[in-house]
Amino acid sequence: MYTMALSFLHRSMGVALSVGFMVFAWWLMALAQGPQAYSDAVEVLRHGIFKLLLGGWALAFIYHFCNGIRHLVWDTGAGLEKHQARRSGAVVVIATLALFALFVWAVYFGPGVLGAAVVK
Amino acid sequence: MSLRTPLGKVLARGSAGEGAGHWWQQRVTAIALVPLTLWFVIGLLRRLPSKFEDMQVWLSQPWSAVLALLLVVTLAVHSKLGVQVVIEDYVHGKTAKTTLLLISTFAHVAAAVAAAFAVLRVALA
Repeated sequence: MYTMALSFLHRSMGVALSVGFMVFAWWLMALAQGPQAYSDAVEVLRHGIFKLLLGGWALAFIYHFCNGIRHLVWDTGAGLEKHQARRSGAVVVIATLALFALFVWAVYFGPGVLGAAVVK
Repeated sequence: MSLRTPLGKVLARGSAGEGAGHWWQQRVTAIALVPLTLWFVIGLLRRLPSKFEDMQVWLSQPWSAVLALLLVVTLAVHSKLGVQVVIEDYVHGKTAKTTLLLISTFAHVAAAVAAAFAVLRVALA
């Protein structure tokens, strides 16, 4: 049950990240267009709902990244026993939460470069 | 006893009609994305609050531009294949499936071209 939920999460977070990729491309285009377009784009990204979305994409990325490595290990044929899959699933969940905490710390209290873009 | 037809075995294309090519591409891009995304995320976090000048200086360095180009192309392929699998697995009905696959393909190609062009523009400006 629980490994099935993790598998479903991997796919749904992946789809969410695909939408994030479109936004990433849009952000890069704004950067290419110049300072005015860029600051307009950042203004949009800073707006309430988008700030929440960015946090969600960060969490989705970290989970998809960690669980993706779990998938790559499975592809070698290792760790496919039920108890192993349950244990690696727990490792992924713990690693995701730890890395997300690290991410939030880096954005808000990161060394030198405070996350003014997000806090403001 | 195998349930596969002799013709199916010879063509080796499987039920999706594509063989194992996509499966491999998904893995190869996944492996490439491990270092590429780590590079970008750490680079971005170190440059917060992501001011225009900082981003431009960063991505106009030759190696950064190359890595960013690799990143957006690899991301686009990985993302397109992933969404395709989800659509093929969960959407039933030929019209809905084909429509969604078309939309996804167009969106991914457009985003990939835009992102790659933007990276080159920033790097070569």
